[in-house]
Parts: sequence; C-alpha cells; structure tokens
Amino acid sequence: MGKNVITWTVRVIVYLGLLAFFIWVFSNEYLNHLVENFEEFLVLLRQHIQLVALSSFLAIAVAVPSAIIVTRPKFQRFEGVVSTVVNFGYTIPNMAILALMMGIMGIGFQTAVVALFIYSILPIFRNTLAGIQSVNSNLIDSAKGMGFKPYQILFKVELPNAAYSIIAGIRTAVVINIGATALAYLIGGGGLGNWIFVGINVFDNSILISGALPITLLAITVDLFLRLLERKVVPRGARPSTR
Amino acid sequence: MGNSESTFWRVIDYFQNNIDWILELTVEHVVLVGSAIIVAILIGVPLGIYLTTNEQLASTVLNIAGVIMTIPSIALFGIMVPIFAVINQGIGFVPAFVALILYSQLPIIRNTYTAIHNVNPQIRDAAYGVGMNTWQRLFKVEIPNTIPVIMAGIRTAVVLNIGIGVIAAFIGAGGLGILISQGITRGYHEMIISGAIAISILGITADLFLRFLQRLLTPKGIS
Amino acid sequence: MIQYKSVTKIYGEDVTAVDQVSLDVNEGEIVVLLGPSGCGKTTLLRMVNGLESVTDGDILFNGESIKSLNEIELRRKIGYVIQSNGLFPNMNIEQNVTVVPTLLGWSKEDKKKRFEELMELVGLDAEDYRKRYPHELSGGQQQRIGVIRALAADPPAMLMDEPFGALDPIIRERVQDEFLAIQRELNKTILFVSHDIDEAIKMGDKIALMKDGQLMQFDTPSQILQNPANDFVAQFVGKDRMVKSLTIHRIEQLMERYELLDSSIEKGQIATVSKSSNLRDVLSYILESKQQAVHVVNENDEVIGQVDFALVNQYMIDLAEKDEPVVNP
Ligand SMILES: Nc1ncnc2c1ncn2[C@@H]1O[C@H](COP(=O)(O)OP(=O)(O)OP(=O)(O)O)[C@@H](O)[C@H]1O
Ligand SMILES: [Mg+2]
Repeated sequence: MGKNVITWTVRVIVYLGLLAFFIWVFSNEYLNHLVENFEEFLVLLRQHIQLVALSSFLAIAVAVPSAIIVTRPKFQRFEGVVSTVVNFGYTIPNMAILALMMGIMGIGFQTAVVALFIYSILPIFRNTLAGIQSVNSNLIDSAKGMGFKPYQILFKVELPNAAYSIIAGIRTAVVINIGATALAYLIGGGGLGNWIFVGINVFDNSILISGALPITLLAITVDLFLRLLERKVVPRGARPSTR
Repeated sequence: MGNSESTFWRVIDYFQNNIDWILELTVEHVVLVGSAIIVAILIGVPLGIYLTTNEQLASTVLNIAGVIMTIPSIALFGIMVPIFAVINQGIGFVPAFVALILYSQLPIIRNTYTAIHNVNPQIRDAAYGVGMNTWQRLFKVEIPNTIPVIMAGIRTAVVLNIGIGVIAAFIGAGGLGILISQGITRGYHEMIISGAIAISILGITADLFLRFLQRLLTPKGIS
Repeated sequence: MIQYKSVTKIYGEDVTAVDQVSLDVNEGEIVVLLGPSGCGKTTLLRMVNGLESVTDGDILFNGESIKSLNEIELRRKIGYVIQSNGLFPNMNIEQNVTVVPTLLGWSKEDKKKRFEELMELVGLDAEDYRKRYPHELSGGQQQRIGVIRALAADPPAMLMDEPFGALDPIIRERVQDEFLAIQRELNKTILFVSHDIDEAIKMGDKIALMKDGQLMQFDTPSQILQNPANDFVAQFVGKDRMVKSLTIHRIEQLMERYELLDSSIEKGQIATVSKSSNLRDVLSYILESKQQAVHVVNENDEVIGQVDFALVNQYMIDLAEKDEPVVNP
C-alpha cells in the first residue's frame, strides 16, 4: 500500500510538472515562432530527418557487417584490439567528432553526414559485437554438430539470438543521432538545431522553444517506435527477461 | 595532402601558444562535470538501492530516466535556459549543472538497481543467515559485490557528461567547448581541432582513471 | 531444543509448502529432513531462523517462541550452512569464517585464534588459506569453509541445507565423515536437509521424512528402514532398505545380543574386521573373501570371535520382529 502511494506520488508530480511546463509554454506563446514560420519549420524538419536517415543508414550498412566479419573465426585474434579501439572511440564526445570533421572537411551538408555517420557507427558496431559474442557457445557447437554450414550458423543461430542487442544498438545510435544532428547547424548541415542556436544567440525564448520542443518530441517518438519494432522483430525467446 | 600536414603543425602550434588557457578551460570542464557527477551519485546510488525494495516505483523511475536520456542535450539546454531565466540563471553554470545531473541518472540508477537486484540470492541468504542487519548486509555484502557494475554506470555517466559539457559552452557554462564554439564563430580551424583533441584526451583520461579507480575499489575476490 | 508445534507455511494464497508439521529436535541431536524435491524441507528449515515467516503454529527455540526473539540475535546463535555459494565473494577466507564474530565485535586476536582452531578442525592450513578468496578454492574446500563459518561463534544449533549437495560422491563421503567426527566433539543440535537417503541414514540420529509438506515419519534411521510407516516411506527408502539398514548396525551392537562364534573352530584365510564395522561391510567382506565368516578384532587387534552370514541374518530378523528401536550412539 505505502509503496504504491510513493509510486503514484512520483507519477503525479511528473505529470503535473509536464502540465505546468506546457501551460508555461502556451501562456508565454513560445510556440508562436513555429506557427508563424511553419513553412521554414517543415524545411528544417525535412533536413533534420534526411541527415539522421542518411547517416544512420550508412552507419548500419557499415557497422553490422564489420561486426559480423570481426566475429568470424578467422579474425578472432583481432577481437581484443577492435574492442579496445571501439571502447576508446566511445569516450570521444560527438561534438568533438563534428568539430574535427569540420576542421578537416570544412562546412556543409556532406561534412555533417560524414560526422554523424562516424559517430553512429560505434554504438551499432559495439552492440552487434556484444550480441554475437554473447551467443552461448554451446548453441553454436550444437548447431555445428547438427551439420549447420557457417552461413547457416550466422543467419539461423547467431543473428536471431543477437537481434535484441543489435536493434538496441541501432535504437541508441538513431536517438543519439537525432540529438547530434541538432548540432549539425554549427557545421552548416541545417536541421532543427538552427532555431535553437539562433534562439540562444538572440535570447529569444520563442525561437529556442520552437526548435527544442520538436526535436525532443522527435527523439522520444522515434525511440518509442524503434522499441515497438524491437518487440516485433526479436524472437520472444531471445529477449532478455530483465531490462 | 600537404594541406592537412600543415594543418597538423598549425594545431600543434596553437596548443603550444595557448596551453595555459586550454588548461584553464580543462579545469572548468572538470569542475562542471565533476560536481554534477558527485551530486548525481549522491542521488542515483541511494535511489537505485531503494528501488530494489519497490518494484513498481523502479519501473516508473527507470522509464522517466530513460525518457530524459532520449532528450537531445542541446534541446534540453534549449528548454532549460528559458526555465532558469525565470530565476535569472538562464545562461551559465546552473542549467548546465542541472542538465548533467539529469543525464547521469539513468546509467547510475539503472546499474545500481540492476546490480543490487541481481546479487546472487544465495549470498544474500547467507548474509541474512549469519544475522546481518539491513545496513550490514548492504555495506558488507551487497555493495562490495556490485562495485564493478555500479562503477560502470558511473563511468558511462562521466563520459557522457564530458561530451554534453562541451555543448554546455554554447549556453555560457564555460569549459573546453569554448574552443569549439568560438572556433566556429571565428572560423578558426586550428582552435576547433585543438578543442576536439583536448576533449577527446579528457574523455579517454577520465575513462582510464575511472577504470583504475574501479579496479582499486573492487574487492579482490570478485573477478 | 528446536520444537515445531504444528507448523504450517503457505506461500502467497494457496501454495502450502509445509502442512501442520510437529517435531522436536533434542539437544546434541542431528535430525535430517528428508524427502523429494519440493516437499518443503528448505522451507521448514528456514522458518527456524526467521528467513521464512511461519503462517500458522509456532517454533520454539530453547523453549521460547521464535516470534518473541530478536531475529538478528537468533540468527547469530544459529549457524546456517547452505548448498554452495554461500561464501561472500568479496571477503577472503579469514573474513568469511569470522564474519559472525566480527558482527559480534570480537577482538582481532580472538578472531585470529578462532580462525586457526577452526581451520585445524577441518584440516586446512590456516596460513595458506587466510588471504585466499572463495573462488580460489575447490568445491570441497569451499564447503568446509562454509561449515566452519557456521561454527565460528560456537552457536548451540546449526541449520544445514544440503550442505554437501554440490560435492562429488567421493569428496562428499569424506566431508561427511569429517563432519561427523567434529560433531562427536562439539555436540551441536543440528537440523540437516538432504534428499539422499544414504546421507540421511549416515548423518541422522533421527530422520523426518516429508512428502508434499507433510511429515510422513519421524524416527530413527533403523526404524524408518525396518518399519516404514506407509507405502510412500517404503518406496522412498527403496527395495534395498534392509541392505541399507545393515549400515547402521555394528558388530558391537550385535554382540550385545549374541555371542560371537568361536574363532578357533575354523582356521584359514579369512578376513578380519574391527568390532566397530557395520554389518553391511561385514557381509561384503564375507562375500569378497569367499569364506563363510570373518574374524572380529577388538581395539588392540586381538581376535575376539567370528561373525558369519547366518548370525547377521538372525540378528536382523530378530530386530524386525521385536520392533525394538535401536538408537545410534
Ligand atoms: N518463495 C516462494 N514462493 C512461492 N512458493 C515457494 C517459495 N519457496 C518455495 N515455494 C514452494 O514451496 C514448496 C516447497 O519448497 P522448498 O524449497 O521448501 O522445497 P525443498 O523440499 O527444499 O525442495 P528441494 O529439494 O528441491 O530443495 C515448493 O512447491 C516450492 O515451489
Ligand atoms: Mg531445498
């Protein structure tokens, strides 16, 4: 009883906080900038989604196969090196990669795509690697014992069992990417980050909120959507029982 | 690629000429991230432990922390600046500090909660069986045995925060992000690259330091 | 010392794990809780030190209801050994063994002394193991450490839940023997869970045989073997129960009723057994040596007579007929 009361109190406080936030936003007409510049908003949104989609797609196309290659028996001895490099890469902030790319490639859409792509590779690669590595070796042994060919082991045993981890990696990467894309404005990539930075620079809350709120909603929605996809795609037996 | 070669030397030059300032910014960065992490640990670890006694609240809190985590950092700053402007703290240390604490909660709470929750039931049983009270069980058995997992959560939070701290420079919180924000405004590539390198070095150093600390704190019997 | 007064345990709404069980564990006795998996042995055990609550009925410890006692203090007075993994991985062997003394605030010297005493008891070198961690020990060694940890503060009573369950049969037997030798000195009151009838016969002064939470029979091993209370008990102890019951009778006991055969009658290559051997071993020797009988010797290795198959047989028949409880010394 007492515990439920605490839970409900927490939930109610969160909902009230959200409600207060939206009341504050609307009573100050902070979304007016969005309404008045709706055409521009759509352009920025499209740019944003393009950047995210393109860089994420490239990252998946590179990261998943390379993780698969690295986990093949032939390459097993490089595994330690690769993991170390990936872990180091993870400690480098996305802003640093964006900035570095800009320093090298200059300003523009291409720079943004490349920088976002590089940053998205890591979570996907790391999760695919971890997912495949964590497949029980007895499982693989018994598949071999039943006469599975190497590619059958990969597609019938390893990938389905690693699916949860792989998709979780993609989800993480895409969600981070949505946020990182907001920074792409700085290197001339466009997107909704535009309004946030302009808003900060000219101290205009309306421009600021009109940029920040849609990005937040975009990130939360995409995350939710990918979670649903996760449920659909991953075989029930291969899902972890706890979070 | 003669151009990139000379860029390399110009970056080295930039470092040499501005080393004092860069160190100053590094200290600022470390203070921002460090103070936020300390507060985040003081909130997150006890909360994570408490949540193991209240499953329902646990899933609520973890969901909330998960949603906060998906909010892009620059967007969160964008929302917090006007909110904190209400108390005249719109630009500067405070919104950055609060945002960093919020972002740290998910990895810290989740790892603490999961680790304590998953303590081998037989070991917990033995702790009850030898007559430990709740606090003794927590401090003599459960926490020592979960240090690696809790520390991993803290490490994730620190690395994450060092990155977000960079973006905080755009809302006037100082730190190494200054090199990048000013570099971009001035179109000064060497400054930007120096910033990127300094931040990467800071991230890697912090991670190494925390790994070392983790090894130091982990009781020897746990492999 | 431990008395169950029609104790019932219901998990949740309707899982009755223990159903109106009454039994007394006297001071210095080993009582083995025996039965198939899921019959409620662990539950019955864990109610004593308050790890599970009692739904109905009461448990008395030294005549006092455990409900009236402080749980934490009670647990420190009762040693608790569980099946493997009960050692704290973060503590070294010395810290593990002296965890209860530490909780009780013993001095460093006292703890050190106690650690060394206990290690000697189980034949492990104190210096060698002091600083090691549980994962650096073999399963058998870990189990011994688990046992002496429970003994550390010299608790009058011990609860042991399949303490030797994880050991392979050969090591298990050795640790069992070792433990019985220790128990002969220490005289603890022990509740011991097992699902292995052989272990129960060997370790128990009495056996409480359970099924689906109910107590089927509570008696000495020999009574359980010779006079099973119902079909379930008979089936559980197995078709070879008479052979098993041979293990709990020794030549000494047989000698209380019968004269040994005259050893001078038959000379030749026959085996020799000590008078403390059990009757099962005696029969094995007889069969193995392909003779009619074996020599029996006393403590000084002097032959005091012979035992043959007929004598053993007669003794067992007699026992069953007289229905007389034979209590292990
Ligand atoms: N925490 C619990 N919640 C619900 N039911 C339980 C719980 N613990 C045990 N049970 C049930 O109570 C019954 C008795 O369990 P108990 O652990 O006492 O059996 P056991 O005799 O020790 O078995 P084993 O030999 O397998 O250890 C079982 O049916 C079990 O499923
Ligand atoms: Mg059990």
